[in-house]
Parts: sequence; C-alpha cells; structure tokens
Amino acid sequence: MNVFTFIIQNHAQVLELTAEHLWLVGVSTVLAILIGIPLGILIAHRAGLNKPVLAGANIIQTIPSLALFGFLLPVPWLGERADRLAILALTLYALLPIIRNTYTGIRGVDAAVMEAGRGMGLTNSQLLFQIELPLAVSTILSGVRVAVVISVGLATIAAAIGAGGLGEFIFRGLAMVDNSLILAGAIPAALLALSADLVVGWFERRLQPR
Amino acid sequence: MSKGPAIEFRNVFYKVGATEVLSGLNLLVSPGETLVLLGRSGSGKTTTLKLINRLLSPSSGEVRVNGVSNAQADVIQLRRSIGYVIQEVGLFPHFTVGRNIGVVPAISGWPKERIQARVTELLQLVGLAPEMSSRYPHQLSGGQRQRVGVARALAADPQILLMDEPFGALDPLTRDDLQREFLSLQQKLNKTVVFVTHDLREALRLGSRIALMEAGRLITTLRPQEFLKSTDPWPSAYVRAFGGLDSVFSRGNS
Repeated sequence: MNVFTFIIQNHAQVLELTAEHLWLVGVSTVLAILIGIPLGILIAHRAGLNKPVLAGANIIQTIPSLALFGFLLPVPWLGERADRLAILALTLYALLPIIRNTYTGIRGVDAAVMEAGRGMGLTNSQLLFQIELPLAVSTILSGVRVAVVISVGLATIAAAIGAGGLGEFIFRGLAMVDNSLILAGAIPAALLALSADLVVGWFERRLQPR
Repeated sequence: MSKGPAIEFRNVFYKVGATEVLSGLNLLVSPGETLVLLGRSGSGKTTTLKLINRLLSPSSGEVRVNGVSNAQADVIQLRRSIGYVIQEVGLFPHFTVGRNIGVVPAISGWPKERIQARVTELLQLVGLAPEMSSRYPHQLSGGQRQRVGVARALAADPQILLMDEPFGALDPLTRDDLQREFLSLQQKLNKTVVFVTHDLREALRLGSRIALMEAGRLITTLRPQEFLKSTDPWPSAYVRAFGGLDSVFSRGNS
C-alpha cells in the first residue's frame, strides 16, 4: 500500500499518535527548560560548577536511548506508566543543549557591559533580567531549538517501551517489513521536527535584542 | 554637605592571593577637585578607582566616601550615587541611547516624564542631538558612544564621578574634543572627579591634582605646575618620557 493512501485511510490514528508524540516532546521540553535555564544561569555565575554540571549532562547524552529507557523501567513511580518514563528520558536528553547554551550565552555578555552595570548600582537580579538574559536569549533559544529537534527524533524510540507516539508506526513497520508503515511514522515525525524548528526559530528572531 | 574630604583612603591594602596590588594607600580627594591617578599599567590606578565604588573591597584599611566608611554603606546606594565611566564605555547594546542614559534614574524609581526630561537635558549637555535618544549604541561613533557614557554617569546627578581612561580608545582629534568638553563641563558642574589615565598630557590638562602611582604605591601628589617642575625621580622620569610638554601645559592651564 502506498504511504499516502495509508495515512489518508488511517488519518485518525496518525493524528492520535502525532498528538501523543507532541505531548511527549512538549512536556519534556518544558521540563528541560525549567531545569536547564536556571541551572545554566547558576553555573555561569558560580565558578567551578560549570565543569561538573556540563560533564554530567554530557554523560547523559552518551547513554544510548534504548538503554536509558530500559534502565528507568524498574524505577517505582516512573515504571508504572511508560509515558512518564519516556518524558523523563527525553527531559534528560534535552538538558545538555539548553544548559550549555544558557551558560555560553550568559558568559558571552561583554565584560565591560557587566562592569558598567554593576558599577552603576544595578542589583544582581536587575543585571540578570535586564542585561544578561535579554542579551543571551537568542543563544538560549537556539539551544532549545536543538533540544526540540533531538527530542522529536528520540521520542520515536519511546514506542519501544509502549509510550506511544509516531514510533508505533515505525516499530510496527519494522516488524512487518512494511516500508509505507515506517514512513507513515517517519514522515509526520520529520514534519514535526521541521515545524518545531521553524517555530522556535521565529521566537529566536523575534526576541533578538535590537 | 560635609566639609570634609569627598573620598578618603586610610592605609588601604589590596591583595590578590600573595600579590600586593595596593600597598598602604593614603589619599584625600576634596569636593569639587579633579584628581588624576597617573601611572603605568599595573600600578594600581584602576584598583584604586574600583575601591571607591566598591567593585572591589580592601584587604585591609578603609575607604570613606563623604565621611562614611564603604564597608558600612549600602553598596547599591553607594554605586548609584557615584557616576562611573570606563574606557570600553559598556553601553547596554540592547537599550536605546535614551534608555542607556536613563538607567540609574529608572532603577532608582524616577517617574517616566522626569527621566525623559533628564535624558534630553543630558544629551544637550554632552553635545548630542535630541534625536540620538532613539538610536542604538552600535549606530554611534566611538566619540558619540563615550559622550553617552558620560551622560549616563551624570544621569542621577552624582556628586562624585569616577572615570577610568574614558578617552583612551578614541582617536586624537576626538579625544581632544572630549577633553575640552570635559573641562567646560567640569567648570559648570563642579563634580568631584577621580580620573585614571596613563597619559601625562591628559593628566596635566584635566587634573587639578595629579597622584602618581607606581607598583601599588602612591609616589606623590602634585599640582600640574609642580609636576612639571619637580626634580623628584619619578615625576621627572615621566615628564622626560613624554617630552616637549610646554605647549600642552600652556593650553590646558592658562
């Protein structure tokens, strides 16, 4: 069967799996932003913390995704529901680009600008919210963009542990040696990644200072 | 206002690890004078300046501003009451010129209209057209940027102004303009200015007194006239290194 006829005939299921996929990626990205940006800010200001934190996030990144899903399976609360587990794993993977770009963006603010700000009597939070974050925002968002695109791809593997998402088509297609089934998962996933990239890219340009 | 010194260093030491950046500095700055800290790189001039607005804190000894020890002052209030100009200017690149100038008034909670009026007044004071207010720093020349830097430092009308080689990165003609404007501005405003430079010409021209520093110590404090005539080894070495300063002197202090 042709992939497009398959998608049209099964559009309800395609939409459902796409929604599941979006949910996994969306929740994990929001969590990764909520953890990663503050952590990035922290390590940009505390000398000595950046190396261990970035190394930790790097190590997570090197764990094969299928293995990470497997490791997390026996964890009590998480193991009960596959989507919780998938979200945690996706969050962990999304951390590195977000932490690293937040750190780089803030450290990249001109030292003279910071010195002038401090010398004029801006408080630390005024320096952070009025100077550092606005100047770092496009770097931070490009980290988010990388994280989202990686997550969309990784989330297909979440189907292996029963978390749903477009990976279901892919795994089913692999089992049945049915290329159009694989593509029915892969094409919407690729479109999702592309549109996420465009959306975050749009924000990135909108929020760019100047 | 108090009649005592505006700024006072009492036996101030500043150490980084085992290195003494400043050794036993004693210095008085009177209200309304322009004290120039003159010395080569690494002599401790900038450190001295940063101890005044507490970007640095002394290892021992005491820095007093308007009779109050810096250690006891509220550091944010202290800094807002002191204008600060640096060589790199450090304008906020994402703020317009107007918003840059209005930073300290804004964080001090001035009403919008008052900030607006103050910005217009300051632009005029430093010789910039009012429509500059809506420009961004990257659209300005080096000289214009430094004028904005000076305007920003003056925004909340501080009694004390700290200037760290403010004209050091400018071309000679622009520097000459800004030095001249500084002198006429200072005549109008009568601020207490501490001015860091390694340029003897600039020191002679702008300073009411010159504090010569070397290797973390204050060598001597002299008026420009005295500095030129001094037979002490350090000042005369400086004068010799610059050579042919008569013209500068007559122009700056006639």
